[in-house]
Amino acid sequence: MKKFTKQTYINWYKDMLFWRKFEDKLAALYIQQKVRGFLHLYNGQEAVLAGALHAMGENDKMITAYRNHVQPIGLGVDPKRIMAELLGKVTGTSKGMGGSMHIFSPEHNFYGGHGIVGGQIPLGAGLAFADKYFNRDGVTLTYFGDGAARQGSLHETFNMAINWKLPVVFICENNGYAMGTSVERTANHDEIWKLGLGYEMPCGPVDGMNPMKVAEAMHEAIERARRGDGPTLLDIKTYRYRGHSMSDAQKYRTKNEVDEYKKIDPISQVLDIIYKKKYASEDEVKEWDAEVKSKVLECQKFAEESPFPEKQQLYDMVYEQEDYPFLKHR
Amino acid sequence: MKTIQFREAICEAMSEEMRRDESIFLIGEEVAEYNGAYKASKGMLDEFGEKRVIDSPIAELGFTGIAVGSAMNGNRPIVEFMTFNFALVGIDQIINNAAKIRQMSGGQLNCPIVFRGPTGSAGQLGATHSQAFENWFANTPGLKVVIPSNPYDAKGLLKAAIRDDDPVIFMESEQMYGDKMEVPEGEYLIPIGVADIKREGTDVTIVSFGKIIKEAYKAADVLEKEGISCEILDMRTVRPMDWEAIFTSVKKTNRLVILEEAWPFASISSEITFQVQENIFDHLDAPIRRITTADTPAPYSPVLLEEWLPNFNDVVKAVKDVMYIK
Repeated sequence: MKKFTKQTYINWYKDMLFWRKFEDKLAALYIQQKVRGFLHLYNGQEAVLAGALHAMGENDKMITAYRNHVQPIGLGVDPKRIMAELLGKVTGTSKGMGGSMHIFSPEHNFYGGHGIVGGQIPLGAGLAFADKYFNRDGVTLTYFGDGAARQGSLHETFNMAINWKLPVVFICENNGYAMGTSVERTANHDEIWKLGLGYEMPCGPVDGMNPMKVAEAMHEAIERARRGDGPTLLDIKTYRYRGHSMSDAQKYRTKNEVDEYKKIDPISQVLDIIYKKKYASEDEVKEWDAEVKSKVLECQKFAEESPFPEKQQLYDMVYEQEDYPFLKHR
Repeated sequence: MKTIQFREAICEAMSEEMRRDESIFLIGEEVAEYNGAYKASKGMLDEFGEKRVIDSPIAELGFTGIAVGSAMNGNRPIVEFMTFNFALVGIDQIINNAAKIRQMSGGQLNCPIVFRGPTGSAGQLGATHSQAFENWFANTPGLKVVIPSNPYDAKGLLKAAIRDDDPVIFMESEQMYGDKMEVPEGEYLIPIGVADIKREGTDVTIVSFGKIIKEAYKAADVLEKEGISCEILDMRTVRPMDWEAIFTSVKKTNRLVILEEAWPFASISSEITFQVQENIFDHLDAPIRRITTADTPAPYSPVLLEEWLPNFNDVVKAVKDVMYIK
């Protein structure tokens, strides 16, 4: 694995802060009714992405559910286009056809962005199937939440993926709650990583508030998949500060619980290391914070100033075949 | 020309396409070592090997999703469902992913995939093994739905479906796999979305698709002896539908009977009826009649099954009704 250097920590700090502020801006735009539909935010879970990106290779892919705005940014997609997508603009990643839950950029190895809980799990194994089929050097990181761990799609996919030794890493971003239902309330035991045991799939828990721990676990799993030994299940224990979506009143947990997690916030943990190792001064950090703020504002400006799609676009995306619609609408 | 069975038509179509395109694979229950539950993939494991002809566990949701994911990443899978009744276990992946991925990604991804297997009833199989979901799939933007009625059409249409860059539902019948017919020795394709006049006539148009069309042939023979000339239009594809073929025929005969092996409510025949009245109402000399299964789950008992399933007598009666013959 690449070493954790001064630059690693600095990049992690800047990236994670940007992702958090990007999400905060989306929350604000949601309240202003510029972002509509459902909005699921990533705040608190940033270490899971930061650690993964450190361990990923150039040809490795990522697929996840609907908490999906910042992963493509991490993979190199222009964040302006993601914000534009959330505003329904033609400059968005899906030209305004996808929205909050459906961000895609295969060019950057990001395959969505999926709205049905657990529906992306077999897709992730399928992406890996194709990479193996064509002898490409690629591993697919397939993300899902603790809620999806209870879907049949997960179990069917685990069974085939280990049987066929597909180059995939299954990553449970376990933030403790399936919407408002705690992990403990959804099964007979609350250690999701143990689901791997029944399939004899390498598996284990990971501290998801710490990007170093995530990177180390990801590296081992990705390399196992890359050398042809098949999938791993990582149960990454993380936490989301915000509700499941913007409409969540969060009556299922206490403010105290949220505050406890904020004490081990991934961004604070990395900043502590930066200060402790004297990688940067407070003034430098303040400069980075200002940079992040202005970058987020640039995204907002771009998204708000972009045009909406033309009405004809409604019919241009459904099929490869061009003579559409089959039935007239009005 | 050569004479082949329907199952051989399916096998030849898949094999010919797999020879010309490395990215195609076949996946499903019993498709490889068992040679297919209905022997539609006989010999394919031997020719293409286990990398490309893949026995799946009984996990329709999982293997359908894996196939869709592979189609998003360069493969062109053929997914065999032992019957489309079992496809319901995996329908989330067909409706929510295969049919949507192109639009949701703003055209960045597509899903060139074929889902194939038998549809409809096949004898006394009871309620869960006798269903026809053509209209379910045809209701979904993003999918195409093909349902051939003979070996010639099946081979040409399946080859076209495999080459199509959109997801195609391809529906067969357990009761057609043994049907024999002459097909050309060489390669041929039949375009998706084009109906075929199976029998020319002047008095009444009978629109149908899939194996139940055979009841229309029988009815037409009976009616011919009584001096009534039926035109039988085989839609072959129900999404996209060849509306012009229907309109042209009805403009000629001015009378329409639709024969469909499916439940009546919001069926394919409902949509055809709507389109005909909206587009060529003035050409109709009688209200449209349609024949479907009874609006119940399929029964087991032979007497009840006969009552449930459309037959040629129903067609004869409907044709006479639209001609106002008692």
